[in-house]
Amino acid sequence: MDLSAINPLILVASLMVAATPILLAAIGELVVEKAGILNLGVEGMMITGAICGFAIAVETGSPFWGFIAAAVGGALLSLVFAFLTQYLLSNQVATGLALTLFGLGLSSLLGQKYMGVKPPSTSKLDIPFLSDIPGIGRVLFQHDPMVYFSIALIAAVWLMLKYSRIGLVLRAVGENHDAAHALGYKVVRIRIGAIAFGGACAGLGGAYLSLIRVPQWTEGMTAGAGWIALAIVVFASWRPWRILMGAYLFGGVTVLQLNLQAAGLAIPVEYLSMSPYLITIIVLVIINRSTQSAPAELGQVFHASH
Amino acid sequence: MLRLEKRPSPSKMWTALTPILAVILTMIAGGVLFWILGKDPVEAIRTIFWDPLFHEDFAAYSRPQLLVKAGPLILIAVGLSLGFRAGIWNIGAEGQYIIGAICGAAVGLAFYPSESFLIFPAMVIAGALGGWAWAMIPGILRTRFNTNEILVSLLLVYVAEQLLASMSLGLLRNPEGRGFPGSRNFRDFPAAHNGEIFANTGMHWGVVAAFIAVIFVYILLSRHILGFQIRVAGQSPKAARFAGVNPNRLILFCLGTSGALAGLAGLFEVSGPAGQISIDFNSGYGFTAIIVAFLGRLNPIGILLAGLLMALTYIGGELAQLMLGLPSAAIQAFQGMLLFFLLAVDVLSNYRIKFSRSEGA
Amino acid sequence: MDGPLLAVNGVTKAYPGVVANDTVTFTVDPGEVHALLGENGAGKSTLVKMIYGLVRPDSGGMVWKGEAFEPATPHAARKSGVAMVFQHFSLFEALNVAENVALGMENPPPMRQLSARIRDVSEAYGLPLDPDRLVGDLSAGERQRVEIIRCLLQDPKLLIMDEPTSVLTPQEVEILFKTLRKLSAEGTAILYISHKLEEIRSLCTGATILRLGKVVGNCDPREKTARELAELMVGETLHIPSREPGTLGDTLLELTNLSVKSANPFGTSLKDVCLNIRAGEIVGIGGVAGNGQDELLAALSGESIAPAGAVKLQGQEIGMLGPNQRRALGLLAAPEERLGHSAAPDMSLTENAALTGTVREGLSKNGFLDWGKARNFAESIIQGFDVRTPGPDNAARSLSGGNLQKFVIGREVLQRPDVLVVNQPTWGVDASAAAAIRQSLLDLAAKGAAIICISQDLDELMEISDRFAALNEGRLTEPRPAKGLTVDEIGLMMGGAHDMEVSHVEA
Repeated sequence: MDLSAINPLILVASLMVAATPILLAAIGELVVEKAGILNLGVEGMMITGAICGFAIAVETGSPFWGFIAAAVGGALLSLVFAFLTQYLLSNQVATGLALTLFGLGLSSLLGQKYMGVKPPSTSKLDIPFLSDIPGIGRVLFQHDPMVYFSIALIAAVWLMLKYSRIGLVLRAVGENHDAAHALGYKVVRIRIGAIAFGGACAGLGGAYLSLIRVPQWTEGMTAGAGWIALAIVVFASWRPWRILMGAYLFGGVTVLQLNLQAAGLAIPVEYLSMSPYLITIIVLVIINRSTQSAPAELGQVFHASH
Repeated sequence: MLRLEKRPSPSKMWTALTPILAVILTMIAGGVLFWILGKDPVEAIRTIFWDPLFHEDFAAYSRPQLLVKAGPLILIAVGLSLGFRAGIWNIGAEGQYIIGAICGAAVGLAFYPSESFLIFPAMVIAGALGGWAWAMIPGILRTRFNTNEILVSLLLVYVAEQLLASMSLGLLRNPEGRGFPGSRNFRDFPAAHNGEIFANTGMHWGVVAAFIAVIFVYILLSRHILGFQIRVAGQSPKAARFAGVNPNRLILFCLGTSGALAGLAGLFEVSGPAGQISIDFNSGYGFTAIIVAFLGRLNPIGILLAGLLMALTYIGGELAQLMLGLPSAAIQAFQGMLLFFLLAVDVLSNYRIKFSRSEGA
Repeated sequence: MDGPLLAVNGVTKAYPGVVANDTVTFTVDPGEVHALLGENGAGKSTLVKMIYGLVRPDSGGMVWKGEAFEPATPHAARKSGVAMVFQHFSLFEALNVAENVALGMENPPPMRQLSARIRDVSEAYGLPLDPDRLVGDLSAGERQRVEIIRCLLQDPKLLIMDEPTSVLTPQEVEILFKTLRKLSAEGTAILYISHKLEEIRSLCTGATILRLGKVVGNCDPREKTARELAELMVGETLHIPSREPGTLGDTLLELTNLSVKSANPFGTSLKDVCLNIRAGEIVGIGGVAGNGQDELLAALSGESIAPAGAVKLQGQEIGMLGPNQRRALGLLAAPEERLGHSAAPDMSLTENAALTGTVREGLSKNGFLDWGKARNFAESIIQGFDVRTPGPDNAARSLSGGNLQKFVIGREVLQRPDVLVVNQPTWGVDASAAAAIRQSLLDLAAKGAAIICISQDLDELMEISDRFAALNEGRLTEPRPAKGLTVDEIGLMMGGAHDMEVSHVEA
């Protein structure tokens, strides 16, 4: 085994890439949960985004249109969830699971002719001056635009929730939907908006996997990333910047175990591969003991009787 | 505009009719899907739902397969339904299924080539214990640390899959298998083989276990105080506490039972139809069983019927793949769609739909 | 301005199975304090929801300052100058005061300015509030101030108040009334909804009385006696529960320094609660909502456990025992929330009878339930307590509030408890059902049971209690004989005016 082959700087650079899909999906789910909705279909929306983005990027030759298509695909699928839970008052847990099962089937159906195809590559952003800083410059400032977009999205969600009127109303709906209704806010419409946003973010996260991180299309390629995104929302105690921390922590674990595999550590590959999931579970255990900051109405059915 | 109005009591009629309505709607939507894929929708639906049972060339092979596929689905779904009724969401049955198979198979293989009649019962116990123990991880984390059991049980599926890979490449690999991954085949190990009880029926011990589980759960839910507590806890947790239900004990019971049943299903599958531990012997039964549980309205008799129906879509799907070139993913999407439609029409059992002019809501 | 501020003309609104409002007509003048008087279920709430834009009438209309008024949403109503303080507050516990106020305003100023205005206005009206505090940490009285300030910041022309005093001590009620009189003097009309007659007589200058959705009278409440108003409201001569004076027996239940942490993050923990209660005695426990009532019930029912010695039943330490073990020993309870706590809404009455009756009624054998016996038990409750329902197979949620409450209380009473604890036994229940429930508690005590009645209805407590104590921030006052207690004394036991200062108000 040769641990000296692991370069910490490259590790940091690649963890940013490894974390981005989960980061995107998690920040979307955070907005959904802040509105009081638990959408367990993140995995299904991610993989749908992965294939939609992949297919459109291949057909148009443009990763940009691929990402747009992924966001639209994820959002469309999430609207099925929105319709069932908001208008037909179905159980959110069961509907979210259905979304995941359906998404996995639908994506492999759509992806049949894209197996083994190579997607157009996404150009890296070379931020002038900053990327010239020795050492960290290349590590932090020479990524594809989606890495920076995802960080900007965190900032935007944070600003929106904390300072804007719409953010206040969104939190109010998630805290007490009956009171929000009594004050005249359109609980259902606000929630549908949040769900669609969450779907679009999950779709982007999926497309990042298939277009940049891997990059190719394989069935079931999200491999639990959606569930880890859900776990990271809990880990983050529903706070945007902590999503960044959680996703990068998870990205770090993933990248490290891949590096250890490559370095030939004397642990079987399978045990290294399961480590990100085990660490996610351990983190959930540690975090859950101390937090009670979940939105009060999370997962509750809202039906305005009068 | 359409408006929903809550019924004073849930409608018994619609509770029974909604699964049928959902199946019909899924057939229509599925037909559209197959038509988009360039297949004749009527022929596709017939191939999936009719031919496996009644086509003169295929029925002889397909009919026994019905029980083979339905057995594990029913066994797992009946266990899951207990938790789902109580609001305890074990969605990692796939992992418990794998671990049950590994434990049970390991016990059997450890005694190879003994011919003792005690081997198979020992494997059954080990399989159930393995699944139980795997499900107790989210159970104990939930009761001790209030960790979300949905996420933990699901994440453990990925861990179980890695363990399965490790086992079939390492510890349990067939020493005479010339380095190929996978364990010894139980077909060559009669004392540990879960074969057909009656030839050409598909009836193996797993199917028997599924029927027993259905009966037990039926009695538990309708007559036993524990079943009553499960139902109260799912409907109104506060009322359950007031009635003296210990929520932690209920969580451990529901997760443990569903884990044990999933583990049993895994053991029966690996020692029978699958034949050996291999990297991909599991075929997603743990997830499909979630659909079966809901399609059966979390009612053991309903689950029995739903399990048979879902088994039919598996077999019919394979047939359609063979005959019409329908991709296997189409069936997976089809099954997912079924769950959507079921959840959608479920609204009818608790609400009336009224036409009225728009209101502030 | 000439003419009324608001005229409601022949408004009708029907829901499935019930006509909530039947051609209701009345007017409110500018600056008038107008009472809307009626029992629970008389249609008061539906009526004000229409004025506030939450519900639209089926027929009839409203006129606001001489023009047709059809608010489609609360936003529209607020723009016209209607503001409303809800009975169950429309507040968000995890948000702070300023955010809560902003949510109820049409065009809130930036947060910093809003905070300053909240301080100013709340001082001016003698209702001090800190805009940065989380609403979940406020007392019920303070929460009401948040609602009122939210309305006042919009300079309303009409302020609707739905049962505002049920969460206040008598001293706090006085302060509220001074604030309302000041508003009225400034020209704001107030529509005051209540079924408390003395309050209406002291505050309101006009009244509309509703019964079963219809207007049954208009009057100046200052010219009527409370009894006349009550009979107009109920439509029959009231049955007042009678009490046979009994002799008190041995001490049945002893609470010694009972401290229990609330299970709810925004709840109130119990602190050093001490109480002894003897056979045949009824102890009434008053207090403003949210001062530990739910926690006290949970600590007695066994839903939350305490150190073993803190709760003693007939000398036996039971603090560590769960609900069914306590039931077996004779300690029974009926919580406040009917749907979802004392009864499971979607389950049948038979199943709900088995919910608490299994142990004492012998409804199970070797862990198997005897549904036949459970059904008989449910039927005996239905008969014994005059529960109006087609039969025991109906779901609990299909019953009206009063009938379900009779079922819940009957279920516990018929199990012959030694000690019965009830929380808000007649809340939201019509007058005749309330009288029947109170009578059944009195009868039970006469047979030698000890009863703890937690309630926010002081009239009810004075009517049935032998001794009275009050919960205030999780502490229980020393119980005092109920006979001869004055309203002022009761108010002080409940915590007086808390931290409100009367001196600011110039009425």
